[in-house]
Amino acid sequence: MNRKYELVYIVSPDATDEQVADLHTQVEAIVQRLGGQLEKTENWGRRKLAYEIGRHKEGIYVLEVILGGGELMKEIDRRFKVTELIIRHLAVRVDEEQEVVERLRADRTEVSRRRRVARGLPPDRQPGEGQRESDDDRDDRFDMGAEEMR
Amino acid sequence: MNGRKSFGGGGGGRGRTGTGTGTTQQGKDGQQRRPMFRRRKVCKFCADKIDDINYKDAKLLMPFVPERAKILPRRISGTCAMHQRKLRTAIMRARQLALIPYTSE
Repeated sequence: MNRKYELVYIVSPDATDEQVADLHTQVEAIVQRLGGQLEKTENWGRRKLAYEIGRHKEGIYVLEVILGGGELMKEIDRRFKVTELIIRHLAVRVDEEQEVVERLRADRTEVSRRRRVARGLPPDRQPGEGQRESDDDRDDRFDMGAEEMR
Repeated sequence: MNGRKSFGGGGGGRGRTGTGTGTTQQGKDGQQRRPMFRRRKVCKFCADKIDDINYKDAKLLMPFVPERAKILPRRISGTCAMHQRKLRTAIMRARQLALIPYTSE
């Protein structure tokens, strides 16, 4: 049973680098023990929290992408709940959504390729063709203020 | 706050102002003379072809939680139903991770 999960946890800002690394090895150990696989790790570093959690105003964010079963995530969740150093964590299952997104993306490129071929163009966009991106950075579709002025 | 007024339908906006009859009347006349220009609203995610609305991308979500940190309704942002649903879950997840506030203050 292979599912993909994204696990984000916030470590207390008082933690040292070693403690953060230690937590990561702990996660790695659990994943390995329960037959999972660690796909990716990202350390976002110290970030300001949008609101205070306990007495903390900032935290160290770490993201782990894990392949494995539900039992594995349950174990990690249980561990994190009792770890004082972790002030917040969130695990989200992502494999199903990713599939949908990929399908959408594939469908779209397919449709555009077909249309381009029908117009007698090469299937892929050539460099320097069409509108330049970043040319128009005044995105005023959500500019509510301007309309009120009138 | 006033966003609602300017975006409400031509007639609907008047009822909500709640000011004296004199001013209401004036507002109506003004509208009749010069019809309010309304830009056609487009779903940002459809237009920019953003397929997955990710909870980790606070920068993407921030425009949809103005001032009071409430989720911007569809009738104002123009987001399509599917993307508003995805946006909602993304915002709720981002809130859990303190990337986006639940409230201001």
